[in-house]
Amino acid sequence: MRGIIPFVAGAAIALSAGWAGFPYAIYKSRPQPVDFSHRVHAEKAGAKCEDCHAFRNDGTFAGIPSLDKCTGCHAAAMGTTAAEKNFIDQYVTPQREPQWAAYARQPENVFFSHIAHVKLGQVKCETCHGDQGSTDKLPRYQEDRISGYSRDIWGTAGRPGMTMDNCVDCHRKQKLEREHSCLECHK
Amino acid sequence: MSAKKYGMSIDVDRCNGCGACMVACAVENNIPPAHAGINERKGITWIRVYKVDNGEDYPGKRSAFVPVLCQHCGEHTPCASVCPQQAVDVDPQTGIVGQMPERCLGCRYCMAACPYHARYFNWFDPVWPAGMEKTLNPDVAPRMRGVVEKCNFCHGRLHAAKQRAAAAGTEEIQPGDYVPACVEACPTGAIRFGDLNDAASETAKAAKDANSFRLLEKLGTDPKIYYRSKKDWVRQIASAPKVGQPHENNVGRTPRSARDPLVALLAPARSSAPSSAPLPTRKETLHG
Repeated sequence: MRGIIPFVAGAAIALSAGWAGFPYAIYKSRPQPVDFSHRVHAEKAGAKCEDCHAFRNDGTFAGIPSLDKCTGCHAAAMGTTAAEKNFIDQYVTPQREPQWAAYARQPENVFFSHIAHVKLGQVKCETCHGDQGSTDKLPRYQEDRISGYSRDIWGTAGRPGMTMDNCVDCHRKQKLEREHSCLECHK
Repeated sequence: MSAKKYGMSIDVDRCNGCGACMVACAVENNIPPAHAGINERKGITWIRVYKVDNGEDYPGKRSAFVPVLCQHCGEHTPCASVCPQQAVDVDPQTGIVGQMPERCLGCRYCMAACPYHARYFNWFDPVWPAGMEKTLNPDVAPRMRGVVEKCNFCHGRLHAAKQRAAAAGTEEIQPGDYVPACVEACPTGAIRFGDLNDAASETAKAAKDANSFRLLEKLGTDPKIYYRSKKDWVRQIASAPKVGQPHENNVGRTPRSARDPLVALLAPARSSAPSSAPLPTRKETLHG
């Protein structure tokens, strides 16, 4: 009977250590190259997501803007923050593209059309990506060491994940009847 | 979106066997240069131009070229019905028979079931010469070793066409917005592509042509590739006689050999040529 107490205590310690430590073991994380605030940009530069995350004429989605878009305003320092000074010294002056990590990249065999969802389906950006426009800091990018996928595909509170099950769930709710064929979404 | 039934009409009399369709197909669909260990049976050609002849000797000999790709069978689709993984499906919205490489376990039952030899197995991992990765088509995912693949009417182009339509605010794709690579590449216009449900489309009209035929139509698989030829002997190739049962064409012509239209059709064009030129290996491709 006395042996049970150390066993339970040991199990509790081991489990909580595993619970806390496992994400560090399975995910490697790195910071984004630039300390970027969506909130500041939403207030001062563009009110809509599409102002920076634009569509091309053929309907393809440009995703994270390239340096050209940034230098449109930041050819020289506009403010006095250290983050902006660092951005201009490191990227704008040497004309070097920041190596942004995309939180929501789909695997190679998935065909996802942003414009079909945004324009035809009237889905808001926030529905899948969360309310990024009001965030002040970019979270560290976490990548599964085995699969190489971003941790963000599992979703968080208030934002669904971006796994195949999540796609299918939403499509079923809308009664879209788009599940005739794998190649409807896969390529 | 109204249901489509995409199909092709191939005018055999117009095909001069140049092989531009095969090249365009390989480039479009990210098919890597042949591996050094490849042979005629292991190469991947979603569309393959076969050379057939009427079995006569000079001066009566006549030849024709027949491009054969997945026939996108609409009824009792043999590959779909045998697949233990449900890795093959027939899309009721487009009629396209799709292959899902991620689901494929590589048993190759579908290859055995396909009457048209239109399916190919990846015997090797795809490797592109350094720098050539940049030329890959982003709309088509490369396949891994150990899975089967085949023509899907350039499904990446259908995705792109749908996306362009969405940018214009519609779900409907106009005819001509979506055309597979082989159709686009054919210099003589022998291959045409369109919606068989649309009676006004060129393909639907060609399918009703008196000289139109389909390969092995008697199997009842309802292929969506319609061939066309003014020559009787070409049209008879499609209804190849059963082995062991003499067809009126075969009477007095023994033994059955590679000159038999069926055998000739199902054997690659190269094998009927005396020079047994192997497929280019990866090394050869690399050095031009």
